[in-house]
Amino acid sequence: MNLYARRRATSRVVMAMSIGATAIGLGWLVLVLGALLWNGFTSLSIAVFTEMTPPPGAAGGLLNPILGSLMMSAVAVAVGTPIGILAGTYMAEYGRYSPLSSVVRFINDILLSAPSIVVGLFIYEVVVRPMGHFSGLAGSIALAVLVIPVVVRTTEDMLLTVPKELREAATALGLPRSHVIANVSYRAARAGIITGILLAVARISGETAPLLFTALNNQFFSADMNAPLASLPVVIFQFAMSPYPEWQNLAWAGALIITFAVLALSISARALAATRNAQ
Amino acid sequence: MTSVDLSNGPKSVPTPIIGTHAGLDSELEEKISVRNVNFYYGDNRALKSISVPLYSQRVTAFIGPSGCGKSTLLRILNRIYDLYPNQRAEGEVLLDGDNILDPAQDLNLLRARVGMVFQKPTPFPMSIYENIAFGIRLYDSLSKSELDGRVESALKRAALWTEVKDKLHANGLSLSGGQQQRLCIARTVAVQPEVILLDEPCSALDPISTAKIEELIEELKTDYAIAIVTHNMQQAARVSDYTAFMYLGELVEFDTTSKMFTSPVDTRTQDYITGRFG
Repeated sequence: MNLYARRRATSRVVMAMSIGATAIGLGWLVLVLGALLWNGFTSLSIAVFTEMTPPPGAAGGLLNPILGSLMMSAVAVAVGTPIGILAGTYMAEYGRYSPLSSVVRFINDILLSAPSIVVGLFIYEVVVRPMGHFSGLAGSIALAVLVIPVVVRTTEDMLLTVPKELREAATALGLPRSHVIANVSYRAARAGIITGILLAVARISGETAPLLFTALNNQFFSADMNAPLASLPVVIFQFAMSPYPEWQNLAWAGALIITFAVLALSISARALAATRNAQ
Repeated sequence: MTSVDLSNGPKSVPTPIIGTHAGLDSELEEKISVRNVNFYYGDNRALKSISVPLYSQRVTAFIGPSGCGKSTLLRILNRIYDLYPNQRAEGEVLLDGDNILDPAQDLNLLRARVGMVFQKPTPFPMSIYENIAFGIRLYDSLSKSELDGRVESALKRAALWTEVKDKLHANGLSLSGGQQQRLCIARTVAVQPEVILLDEPCSALDPISTAKIEELIEELKTDYAIAIVTHNMQQAARVSDYTAFMYLGELVEFDTTSKMFTSPVDTRTQDYITGRFG
């Protein structure tokens, strides 16, 4: 009984420490989110979505950076997703037992955890300098480089969860490999692959560093991908650092918009994952 | 017809007993002849000089304890093992006289001729109709009504039609385990193979579903050469015409099922069938 009492005491101490650690971790998150919600909602108005970024000291909105972010993200996903899915397909299907897959997986993992500012500098060197100017296109390419490793990883992981029995059954019908992959593996892994793409979008939607060196910023409305383009993260960065209260308020509103966009993406990704598990 | 050549196997492997009853029926057509086949998982020799015939319109059962190589043997007959590296077969497997182990063999055509049903029901993540139409479309371009007809006849063949005819567009995964397995059989039959391989098709099913599948096997054998791997000796006795007993990668004895279950020659066969081990 003595031993049992001691174990109970130990258990209580460890429990208290765990709860404390959780509370500290969650506490900061609540403070950050609280400040964001409070300042963000007080700064939010219709004008934020309908007007352009203002000069210092004037009122305005975030229409051009919102559009810029949407355009660059769309192009980045359009470019990065097919490359990522095809590479992931190679690793999980055609090259499953090939040493090349291990090499690609290793390099992809490095790319996955590479600081995004490095990606920004790299694209600055290979795209911006030869072109001679900053552009939305360069920004899209930098974001695509961030999308690819996320999609490669989730595609491979999801295809690997497709039971080998299913692949064998399709093969045993005399289906060529391409049909097995397109009609059986992709179908079985579809929800997971889409989840990966949504997570990749969530990842790039808050990226500032790679855009600073590539798309830069644009105070005016522009839909020209060959010219500097505004984006929410960069505008938030610029406005939040400024001494002007109007700009600071817009930065809070922008931060709130990104947070909710990412939240919506995460919820969709989870909902999709849940439908997959329910099957 | 059953002149199985066993003379050139490695000396370490004892010659199996090929029963004198096997193949006495002169009408039998040897659809597949396995001749002196060895199989390797990496360096591990899993099958040792196997020679065995599969007859048209007959069911051949492969029995033996776990790990004896019966599933491995089945997986050679449609070369499904080719999906994996480090697995290789040596020897000859003749399908209508052509060696399917030939590297030049077109694997997709082979697998269309030699269908396989697996232990675990594996419906594809698509509708019941599509599960069956999918394989047919690959080999025949049919009109919608012809395709509908083929799907219907395949489902009827697999004794599933009455249960699913009103929900052909429901997901194949919504069916019960036994129905899923019959769907897989229908899918296999739909591409009109010549041989059907069944790898423990009932081991995941309840007795009623098992009985249905066994009835089905009886039906199907009028058109196909059927090989079935089973752990259930009663099942082998019920459904098969010929039985092969395998043990530790060797074929110990092959004969008509009635002979194998009443007066087997090898003591290991006797011990296994009477339940003394395995």
